[in-house]
Amino acid sequence: MYNFKKTFQPINGDKMEQQNYETIVNKHKPKENRLLNALLAFLTGGLIGAFGNFLQEAYSYFLDISKNDAAVLMLTTLIFLACLFTALGFFDSFAKVGKMGLIIPITGFAHSMQSAILDYKKEGLIYGFGANIFRLAGSVILYGVVAAYIFGIIRYAIMGG
Amino acid sequence: MKINNVYIKDTVTISGPLEYQGPYGKYFTDHINDYYLDKSYELSEVKLQKMALNKLLNKVEKTTSDIDLLVSGDLLNQITASSYAANKTLIPFLGVYSACATSTEQLIIASSLIDSNKIKNAICLTSSHNLAAEKQFRNPVEYGSPKPKTATFTATGSASIMLTNEKTKVKITSCTIGTVQDLNQKDPNNMGAVMAPAAADTIYRHLKENNEKASDYDLILTGDLGIYGKDILKEYLKQRYSIELKDNYDDCGAMLYDLKKTKEVTAGGSGPVCSALINYSYVYEGLKNKKFKKVLLVPTGALFSPTFSYQKQSILSIAHAVCLESES
Repeated sequence: MYNFKKTFQPINGDKMEQQNYETIVNKHKPKENRLLNALLAFLTGGLIGAFGNFLQEAYSYFLDISKNDAAVLMLTTLIFLACLFTALGFFDSFAKVGKMGLIIPITGFAHSMQSAILDYKKEGLIYGFGANIFRLAGSVILYGVVAAYIFGIIRYAIMGG
Repeated sequence: MKINNVYIKDTVTISGPLEYQGPYGKYFTDHINDYYLDKSYELSEVKLQKMALNKLLNKVEKTTSDIDLLVSGDLLNQITASSYAANKTLIPFLGVYSACATSTEQLIIASSLIDSNKIKNAICLTSSHNLAAEKQFRNPVEYGSPKPKTATFTATGSASIMLTNEKTKVKITSCTIGTVQDLNQKDPNNMGAVMAPAAADTIYRHLKENNEKASDYDLILTGDLGIYGKDILKEYLKQRYSIELKDNYDDCGAMLYDLKKTKEVTAGGSGPVCSALINYSYVYEGLKNKKFKKVLLVPTGALFSPTFSYQKQSILSIAHAVCLESES
């Protein structure tokens, strides 16, 4: 009869063993190039900001509308472009180069929703599309709204509205 | 556990496009150029498995009624790709799951049934699909969040192998069933570190059980530790078990891709088919041509789900070992 436990060594849950192993793991962990990543994100994020500002100015100048109205149009354009590039399949390649610079602005928000529904469109309109569109973006919306309320109350308390 | 009288009849390996471009691409039976074989990622994986099964049946000139057992496994929830691929074949079917160590679990189950004369032959079938796995375990496919350097890339493909009690050139001689290991690793982006303890334990137990040394093997192959996991395993084995792995050790995940050219795979391949692709093509051919005499396959699997991971539980791992020898 084969004895499954013959050579079994009870190392599970041993704190010393875990710490010892952790040092080996950390020793072989490659260094992420954080400075370069941050610099790339700063540059791409800045470029998006500059592009957005340019769009806003252009809309306001050519369409003869107020800066506020132009801002709405600018945001819509950026969202549209992010969704389009996601659907065409090359936004993720941009994000690999540009790092978080493309994910943090509103382009990343649109991208997260668009990529989620691309994955789940085969599951149908209710269980796929509807249930999963906010898979990644849902937390952002929830805590964004909650944070807005809290800061609104603080502002009201301090500045009286 | 010793195994007598179990031989490998033939194998089929179908890889995805990136795997085909890798250094071992020329050994694969076939490859696909498009990830979308069917309407969805999941159905594409089913189709991949069906292709591997049918190709193998053609190769060995058998029909489904000649096969006594089909053992399949994959990564999808409730191993559905395997069940749908087995649908309508009417071969007695066992679905198994050990994540990326599935292929050797199948070999162990099938060969022990053949060894004890319960059945005459069996087919083991495994697959994974990069996009289907991304959708299930990570972020949506098109979502482009940057990955750390230790992350691995689920391989696409399907591999099948037929075991029989008739004598052929390659034989299964022994195997060791792994134990679940937990060294409190929680980073799903560093699977090499999660799974190395399981590989270390299984290699140690296998060598001890059979009174062997690591140098007795022409090749020891782990499944998908990746380039960093490989170094962790070597150091841990040496420190904890005093076993030194030399040039005869490699890792299928680190071998499968051309890591310099295909940057998106970061630390290497993973998935149940990752080790199976290399083992059933390059290793099997090598054993058949007597390039290798004795090979130890130790694929490793991470036993976890996103739910347990979000609940802050550590990621468990397992490794099953199978020893293949060329028949003289």
